[in-house]
Amino acid sequence: MLKLEHVNKIYGERHALNDVNITFPEHKTTVIVGPSGSGKSTLLRSLNLLERPENGLYHFDDLTLDFSQPISEKNVLQLRRQTGMVFQSFNLFPHLTVLKNVTEAPIHVLKQAPAIATSTAKALLAQVGLADKADQFPTALSGGQQQRVAIARALAMKPKYMFFDEPTSALDPELEADVLRVLLKLAQEHNSMIVVTHNMEFAKGVADQIIFLEEGEILYSGDPQTFFTEPTERIHDFLSAMNFMIK
Amino acid sequence: MSSSTWEIVTSSLPQIITAAVKYTIPLTLISFVLGLILALITAMVRLSLMRGPFQIVRGLFWGYVWLFRSTPLLVQLFIVFFGLPNLGIEFSPWIAAIITFTLNVGAYSSETIRAAILSIPNGQWEAALTLGMTRRQVLFRIILPQAVRVSLPPLSNSFIGLVKDTSLASSITIVEMFTVGQQISAKTYEPLLLYSLVALVYLVICTVLTILQSYLEKWTSRYVPTQH
Repeated sequence: MLKLEHVNKIYGERHALNDVNITFPEHKTTVIVGPSGSGKSTLLRSLNLLERPENGLYHFDDLTLDFSQPISEKNVLQLRRQTGMVFQSFNLFPHLTVLKNVTEAPIHVLKQAPAIATSTAKALLAQVGLADKADQFPTALSGGQQQRVAIARALAMKPKYMFFDEPTSALDPELEADVLRVLLKLAQEHNSMIVVTHNMEFAKGVADQIIFLEEGEILYSGDPQTFFTEPTERIHDFLSAMNFMIK
Repeated sequence: MSSSTWEIVTSSLPQIITAAVKYTIPLTLISFVLGLILALITAMVRLSLMRGPFQIVRGLFWGYVWLFRSTPLLVQLFIVFFGLPNLGIEFSPWIAAIITFTLNVGAYSSETIRAAILSIPNGQWEAALTLGMTRRQVLFRIILPQAVRVSLPPLSNSFIGLVKDTSLASSITIVEMFTVGQQISAKTYEPLLLYSLVALVYLVICTVLTILQSYLEKWTSRYVPTQH
């Protein structure tokens, strides 16, 4: 289980995260929504320590980190090895083939035998529909294909939690659908996932829990059904604006 | 071309080429390889995030780059070879030349390597770190292989520059190509011919390096689809 208690992150004058208290249950998909600059990405990036909040507690299973104290390299690595991250801009390693992108960390971080890592990687690439691209370099792939490789790369580490930071924001709608299908399947297989997205249709379809964030504060956390009945005026305004954007 | 001119060419060219093989080429290769190692260490120290007492080390490396980029190479050679003996530190001409060229090319190349490392997008660091790699692993497995491609043209500049800079070793009694040309020219009174021959040999060496550079560039850019 993954849990934040009283987490604060401050950039200069701005409260990027304001007293955030939230639990991300296992084998469930939590979707984080909110306007741009609301702290969604900061929240997600705090969970794998790409950002360091000023204070608050972070529980990851039996491990508890206090953000106000220095965090040891050992704990940072331990935590990152158990969480996978998919970025908006894919961030594939351009100098490695698609297959090597996926086997890189299993071989060099988990010290898996190359033959085992390779067969796992091939299975994962088949799972995301890219078995035939294994020997290509990432730049030869479309954005949607690159993002699916990035998902396979993260899954190859067998993380307990998968984080997705606006995974389809850089894709046009047709390519987006291919990536969303993969995400939907992962959610249906009861992986533990946290997804930041602007796509409300997708959020509705995939979320077990919705978090609505604004100016670093959690204004709603709970089941998606209630969220989409627009329980507050602010959520109503937000959803109307998002719908307008879709139409 | 008169027969005596041709005679001078055929008799002096082998001597100049011998000097190139015995001095210019080994001096360049040894200094450049050592210089690259020094440059890599310097770049990594200067980019390191460590705090505390380590900052003094970072300051020392900054000072080294500043010193060797801000003084002429010829003066550096003279200080090492003719100056340091006053402090009881004596080197043979070979060692003095290698030390000076290494430190000089290391200072310039460290800036090239530092810039190349910084040019790799931050997303590459983040992606590798989130996969659980240590900073060292990220640097050596993800960042440097990409930085090689970026740094190749400017490092080739330094390499080709060094080939020609080794002619300065003549000033600390090393009988390299330029000195040989000078000696024959003094005997034959044909400075235009001799110095042109010396220039020609430099030209050939640097042409080979230029061709090598273009092959290396193609090879290190094999993952980049469009090359303009």
